Amino acid sequence: MNSVEQAARAAEDQLFIPYMMAGDPSFDASVEIALQLEAAGAHILELGVPYTDPLADGPVIQEASHRALDEGMTLTQTFSLVVAMRERGVTIPIVLFCYVNPLLRFGIDAGAEAAARAGADGWLIPDLPFEENEDVRASCRRNDLALVSLVAPTSEKRIQSIASQAEGFLYCVSSLGVTGVRNAFAEGIDSFLQEARAYSQVPLAIGFGVSSSQQVEAIQARGYGAIVGSAIVREIGKRKEALRHEHSRPQALEDIKSFVETLVSS
Amino acid sequence: MTVSYPDARGRYGKFGGKYVPETVMAALEELEAGFQEAIADPAFMTSFRDVLRDYAGRQTPLTYAERLSQHTGGASIYLKREDLLHTGAHKINNAIGQALLAVRMGKKKIVAETGAGQHGVAAATAAAKYGLECKIFMGAKDMERQRLNVFRMELLGAEVIPAESGSQTLKDATNEAIRYWVANVEDTVYLIGSVVGPHPYPQMVREFQRVIGEEAKAQIEESPAAVVACVGGGSNAIGMFSAFLEDENVSLYGAEAAGRGLDTEEHAASLTKGIPGVIHGAFTSLLQDEAGQITEPYSISAGLDYPGIGPEHAHLSETKRVTYEAISDEEALQALSLLTKTEGILPALESAHALALALRKAKWMSPADKLLVCLSGRGDKDVETIRHEWDGEGNDDEQR
Repeated sequence: MNSVEQAARAAEDQLFIPYMMAGDPSFDASVEIALQLEAAGAHILELGVPYTDPLADGPVIQEASHRALDEGMTLTQTFSLVVAMRERGVTIPIVLFCYVNPLLRFGIDAGAEAAARAGADGWLIPDLPFEENEDVRASCRRNDLALVSLVAPTSEKRIQSIASQAEGFLYCVSSLGVTGVRNAFAEGIDSFLQEARAYSQVPLAIGFGVSSSQQVEAIQARGYGAIVGSAIVREIGKRKEALRHEHSRPQALEDIKSFVETLVSS
Repeated sequence: MTVSYPDARGRYGKFGGKYVPETVMAALEELEAGFQEAIADPAFMTSFRDVLRDYAGRQTPLTYAERLSQHTGGASIYLKREDLLHTGAHKINNAIGQALLAVRMGKKKIVAETGAGQHGVAAATAAAKYGLECKIFMGAKDMERQRLNVFRMELLGAEVIPAESGSQTLKDATNEAIRYWVANVEDTVYLIGSVVGPHPYPQMVREFQRVIGEEAKAQIEESPAAVVACVGGGSNAIGMFSAFLEDENVSLYGAEAAGRGLDTEEHAASLTKGIPGVIHGAFTSLLQDEAGQITEPYSISAGLDYPGIGPEHAHLSETKRVTYEAISDEEALQALSLLTKTEGILPALESAHALALALRKAKWMSPADKLLVCLSGRGDKDVETIRHEWDGEGNDDEQR
């Protein structure tokens, strides 16, 4: 069992997975933000790799992506960031949320080796459906990384294939559309989640649109992990100037930590 | 050579496939099933061909460009006149095909992307004809540059939505259209404008455009020595080439945009200067930096200003069945000027790239050789750009 699955299981019904963008608003600030997220109760960290064309992401994460690209963040730099996070004391598993093209450019095998060497624990590749993931899956296996799969309410006949080969945790998309903050969950989500759970060997976590402590509580009460992305990234974005400067950074980090603690305070 | 691709996974050799968020995978599967069923149904194909004839203006003529051929002093140049179609370019073939398919599949809404607005106008036209609700994403910058086309789409009843993300051009409009589709897959069909995107789009658009090559082949009678078409995403080229792929004695040439030169950053030569990777759901050749970030293309022609290319073209380039060469803005403008003056035909800037490459090849051929050029669109839409270019670069006598 890999480290991602271990952490997901150990969290039991409290599983909480925050997302942040590597290099947003700077390399150094990202290291500190990761520490705060762990301190606030994260069990696994989803670390976004910035990309020019993030098809599965809404405006909040697109903007974070551009901020990070402007900082010169790349996949190679993200590996260095993971090293720095480990050196500063981040201990929870780190899953790299990376679009397929930067990984292809780096090289699938070289990427998996570099990720493992840096101290990352898995990949989540939002534009790589299972039909296309054979090579990445094999490279993960060789490097003891989890390849986290996404399953959506529209997956229907595909749920079984996706859920049964899930590694780490199974990322269940709660609503259609791109990532972002929203109030409503898709209709019929319960039957979709039950089907996914029936086939999955690993814990399930729900993401896309999770933004309030009430939602986190409701999700955890049903026995799923909660993934929060845009809501946290938006808080980071609001404080981008403060986070860039050392004198104002501690307060901004404290604010982000408080926000996340409120999310998981149930 | 027998053309049996794409394979079951939507691959053309190593290119193609489906690299999209899981949320749309089911919709792609539904579309693929609907499409395979439709093209196997003779009634569907007959009604498609009927609409192309009675509404879009097919078949289009094949014009022997006598004065142009004499002026060039080589091959006999024939023009396949897609510029004479309703809405002014080959785009309408595909828009009608996909709209008919949407109707057949019981969908009431379509979403599309557009660069300069040509595909947007074609999609809005087809939507109007079939009573479909139509949303068109267009880069905010492109909307500014192409205000008239925006108005034209609105006249046709479409809603034009600015893509404010990224570089605010075609690539971003495509991202936004896909994002919109992801959120609305249950009642909306994505009407893509070229042979790009995830499987089954490249195959589907090819099937709706292959009428270009089939007609031209029948019209030209003797086999041409060479066939030339321009490639942005590459739909008119695939439509034209598909009829000749198995004729080994026919040389095939694709013209991509060299913009301000291949030695500059400002070009759209996604095969000549591209690297394999994934863009808009397909594994193909694309313009990207060392970190795998997609870079901004440039061409004077909005229709060629795209950082990727259809996966089948990437395959045809790798197998060397088609030779792709890059044509600069300047060469395209010269070819445009020459065709206008010798034949009284104003081609679209996109098609002028094909023409420029044809002229390059024609010189080395004999008058007994027929050279077939796909004149994919008319240049009315480009008059403003051409005038701007001439005013900006001074009016030497040769150009006048």
